[in-house]
Amino acid sequence: MTRAQSSRVAPYLYVLPLVALLLFVFGYPLVRIFEFSFKMVRGIDGPWIGLRNYELILSQSLFWEAVLHNLQLLLAIPAMVVISLLVSVLLYERIAGWRFYRIIVFVPYVLAIPIIAVVMKRMFQFNGPVNEILRWLSLDFMALDWIGSSDVALWTVIILIVWRESALGIILFLARLLSLDESMIEAAKLEGASWWQRVWYIILPQMRGVIEFYVVVSVITMLAAVFAYVFIIGGGRGGPGTSTVVIEFYIFNALIRTSLPGIASAASVLLFLVSVLLIFPMFRARRRAREEEA
Amino acid sequence: MANRRSSIAAGDALKQAVLLFSAFLALVPTLFMIMTALKSEEEYSIDKLGLPNRLVIENFRAVLVDSPFLSWMGNSIIMVLGSVLLSTVVSCLGAYAIACMEFKGRHGLLALSTSLMAVPPVVMIVPLFVLYTRLDLISTYQGAIIIYAGLITPFSVYLLATFFRTVPKELFESARLDGAGHFLILRKIVLPLSLPAIMTLIVVNSLYVWNDLLIAIIFLQDDAKRTLMAGISVFQGRYNDQVPLTMAGMVIASAPMLILYIVFQKHFIRGLMAGAIK
Repeated sequence: MTRAQSSRVAPYLYVLPLVALLLFVFGYPLVRIFEFSFKMVRGIDGPWIGLRNYELILSQSLFWEAVLHNLQLLLAIPAMVVISLLVSVLLYERIAGWRFYRIIVFVPYVLAIPIIAVVMKRMFQFNGPVNEILRWLSLDFMALDWIGSSDVALWTVIILIVWRESALGIILFLARLLSLDESMIEAAKLEGASWWQRVWYIILPQMRGVIEFYVVVSVITMLAAVFAYVFIIGGGRGGPGTSTVVIEFYIFNALIRTSLPGIASAASVLLFLVSVLLIFPMFRARRRAREEEA
Repeated sequence: MANRRSSIAAGDALKQAVLLFSAFLALVPTLFMIMTALKSEEEYSIDKLGLPNRLVIENFRAVLVDSPFLSWMGNSIIMVLGSVLLSTVVSCLGAYAIACMEFKGRHGLLALSTSLMAVPPVVMIVPLFVLYTRLDLISTYQGAIIIYAGLITPFSVYLLATFFRTVPKELFESARLDGAGHFLILRKIVLPLSLPAIMTLIVVNSLYVWNDLLIAIIFLQDDAKRTLMAGISVFQGRYNDQVPLTMAGMVIASAPMLILYIVFQKHFIRGLMAGAIK
């Protein structure tokens, strides 16, 4: 082989392992979920049955309940944004001890979700420490059955999600803040602008992109990446009752517990289509976040 | 003027208070976990909030002796090492070609790979589970390692390709003139210059694999192959009423990452801040 020929082939050899890996872990499954979703799969394959799987899940109340729960989790996002903004702006002002605080407020993101969920589950038990503190503060009406009541369990999941995912927001926002041009803020300070004015008129407008990015990423998380939270809090069953069943858990259940890959695939297709819709805003937000920084 | 200064001081105190409170909230579960792990069952049933009276080590002994924590941890370490190594090698080669070589489809490949970052892992599990069942790959290390490696690769390629592009082109040109091949350039010039980016990758990807529950619970079902996260989800159900014992388990389970975080703060913080933009 001549040198010119080898240099024409070489790039393809370099990307070959990458392409093979992505085709196996993403390509193959993404093609197959569509195929399986139109089949009655028993074991490894089965006959085509048209839209029956879709008709079945769309007429199932458990599926819609799961969808509703995912949508309810979106309520965590405004709280996450406000908390992350507040803490990251304060860290950015380099308040005495900010390096120390920074190490600590990142800790929730370093701890694994299952571990945190197990710990919080014990803290929020009916006769656990959280309720003990609430009773001690004479807030008995707030001392709910956080884990065991089907009306409350999903809200406990939300509290847990806000607690952990805010750490990601702080990390993101702080990274953006540290790249801000400080001269404007200094000038505003000299002009006598108050803290609120500086945050509201100078800092926040420059953070639009990164906030947007965080919101889109969080939407994807709430719709499709909360399995570990609900698996632990819901005791592996989405409980109490079906009160913490989300789409991921619905797919897990259909695949592992009831062995219906066709049904699980149809639900996966629907979830995939939603995530495709979110890919475009995500890219746009990321581009804008990076343009801000440049 | 004096008035204004005192209002600034009051503002600073308020800011301190907010940060202190946030830091406290961020630490509460960790503190609760450690304090409770050191109590006996009786003490916890009477006093859930106070400091432990006298430190009880028994819970830790019970966890380590009666539950396969160490073997779960070993499995998690195998998963992290295997998948992060595989993904890093594959991504370095691929990202090098995308960033530094001319070929048809390089932009398309990067865009496609990058967009896979937004696809939730749960979408991929059904066909892989069916395929693995047929190929007898359920509960095998190699099977799970490939899935983990695949899931973390789009981010690795994205980060590395972005980084490789910043390596000055003149360095390549002169190396090529000296007759160096691509592989030599990648190994001797690009990789050493990209060490910070690779460290970031290792931090972010190891955290992902170590902390994952979904893949672990579906693809490593054998007791002997369970990872730490899948293991503790079983463990916590079994000892539901023994809170101090459970907390001792959680302290052991979280210790490796917490210790790494404290020792390698700088890398973690840099890695998390760079990795967050993914």
